[in-house]
Amino acid sequence: MSRMTMREAISKALWEEMERDESVFIQGEEVGLWGGTYAVTKGFLDHFGEKRVRDTPIAEAAIVGSAIGAALTGLRPVAELMTINFAFVAMDHIINEAAKLHYMFGGQFKLPLVIRATSGGGRQLGATHSQTPDAIFAHFPGLVVVSPGTPADAKGLLKSAIRSDDPVLFIENATLYQTRGEVPDDKDYLEPLGKSKVQREGDDVTIVAYSKMVQSALEAAEMLSEDGIEAEVVDLRTLRPLDMDPVIESFKRTNRAVVVEEGWRSFGVGSEVASRIYEQAFDYVDAPVKRIAQAEVPLPYNAKLEQLALPQTEDIYHAAKEVLYG
Amino acid sequence: MEKNEYLDLYQEMVIIRRVEERAAELYQQGKVGGFLHLYIGQEAVCAGIASVRKPEDRIITAYRDHGWAISSGIDPKIVMAELLGKVDGCSKGKGGSMHMADTEKNFWGGHAIVGAHIPIAAGLALGDVYQGNEDAITICMFGDGATNIGFFHEGLNLSKVWNLPVLWVCENNQYGMGTSVERASAVSEIRQKAEGYGMRNERIEGMDIMGLRKDVTRVMETMRKEGGPYFLEIMTYRYRGHSMGDPERYREKEEVKKWQDEDPIGIFRKYLLEEKIATEAELDEQDDEAEKIVEEAVAFAEASPDPEDEALFEDIYTEPRPIEYRGYEMAHESEGA
Repeated sequence: MSRMTMREAISKALWEEMERDESVFIQGEEVGLWGGTYAVTKGFLDHFGEKRVRDTPIAEAAIVGSAIGAALTGLRPVAELMTINFAFVAMDHIINEAAKLHYMFGGQFKLPLVIRATSGGGRQLGATHSQTPDAIFAHFPGLVVVSPGTPADAKGLLKSAIRSDDPVLFIENATLYQTRGEVPDDKDYLEPLGKSKVQREGDDVTIVAYSKMVQSALEAAEMLSEDGIEAEVVDLRTLRPLDMDPVIESFKRTNRAVVVEEGWRSFGVGSEVASRIYEQAFDYVDAPVKRIAQAEVPLPYNAKLEQLALPQTEDIYHAAKEVLYG
Repeated sequence: MEKNEYLDLYQEMVIIRRVEERAAELYQQGKVGGFLHLYIGQEAVCAGIASVRKPEDRIITAYRDHGWAISSGIDPKIVMAELLGKVDGCSKGKGGSMHMADTEKNFWGGHAIVGAHIPIAAGLALGDVYQGNEDAITICMFGDGATNIGFFHEGLNLSKVWNLPVLWVCENNQYGMGTSVERASAVSEIRQKAEGYGMRNERIEGMDIMGLRKDVTRVMETMRKEGGPYFLEIMTYRYRGHSMGDPERYREKEEVKKWQDEDPIGIFRKYLLEEKIATEAELDEQDDEAEKIVEEAVAFAEASPDPEDEALFEDIYTEPRPIEYRGYEMAHESEGA
């Protein structure tokens, strides 16, 4: 185990996989000379060279489209979109091509492709650069949508994503890059895609979250613990396919749940998780499932207003109290 | 070229045309569903290019793909089965008219979103360069209409910046659906767009297969020698509407007639006779043979079964993952190939 930041964990996963397998390469805006706009790929160009660390034009359809083509030839491209907000420019290639080619051609095409993108607000980037539209991508069969909440999971899940023959959208939260945690050193440390994980045990209330909201949920759980309430925090880790087993198992013990996401609530991840709880554990419901999410506004630039819109640790704390005591 | 090669090429063009004609009939009978885009009139382009490519050269095209599927080497039976949505189709009945492929024949589809396959083609070529397949060329077809969409420009630009061996082929049949080149494109000579990317380019004729083969062979030799992308605008014409639902208000019957007089099969037939490569009787025999092959293909496709219900859940992913079925949670798993 080594203690490292999420940025280092992601960087290490990429580095190790590129060392391990010659067919893995990265491409995207500023991944090379610049060292990555979030410094995730710093030092990669010098070590791996221009063939495997490919700076692209600012042209997202070309970045994802050409990565799809390269994947079809048996390579394992990791395409970086600086932020998920730019994925809209490549939407056709993600949704109409990456998610469908395997099925549509009767299984002939394989796409061992990873698309990395940062998601989330809180950095005063304004409405177009601060969205958390993860749920949109989770809507489409054929894609695997992953979004880790801890450095260890970031490493283990990214390595699994790179080794998978399915197209994976790997969503990182840029405000988590400095978050530290213990990360296994094993070069074959893999976390399974499509499996949720209990990040903190507790019997009083279930908090379901993913990505940055896992950290907020863990903070809220500590606050609740001081009040004598033990919250269980379930980290979804993968949005598609969604693994509800640990959520349902937990809910059957706690009978109360708060579901947290950074994106908007309507038609969101929380909506999906809450309905599945009702469908799969209706007899165990002691209180309505509470959904915490972002205010439904385009995120403003002003720091105070932006924070007003984003879900806060206190929201989770109060929501847990609400489902427990009404 | 040997005599039998000329005859095979002639027969291939006739087969493609008969397949399209039969597809139209089967569509009218409700046996072919969805959208159906016929290639009739453009046969010299697919037969000509595919006949001069090397096996390592990849072919990728848009949704008007039946001709390309056949010229790439997919048996007309398999093409017809895909048109009918049957399990023996090249995409197991899940792709249909617009989504045919056979990776073993180096035919990479069949892509139905206008221009979306253009950046993908750049990636196929990148894959070859990356893996040291020095000689391989990716041949990417699209219509004149696709050259007005952003994907086209991103793909061309990338291929030039990365010096990728893509032969970009604009099959200029002069209409993007029902809108003529003049009404949709800032320049009516499409090859000028490649000029903007500093790319070698030419406009060539697409109705005379022998001339086309010569041009494409020369271009591909240049590419293999010098590397990098090349842009070809091939002038051609589709006799039928954009798809089966096309009212064809955008052109006069005389215009269609004029192009039909320059029919690619007729031109090739005339060439074979004038050059005394084949006799009328021999070519008639090829026509009959083609007819027979296509009728057998139709019979094969009609007899081929629908995919099993389980196929619904196959090949969503390459490994088993939970899949929803109309509201029944986790009832199925996607079966990998």
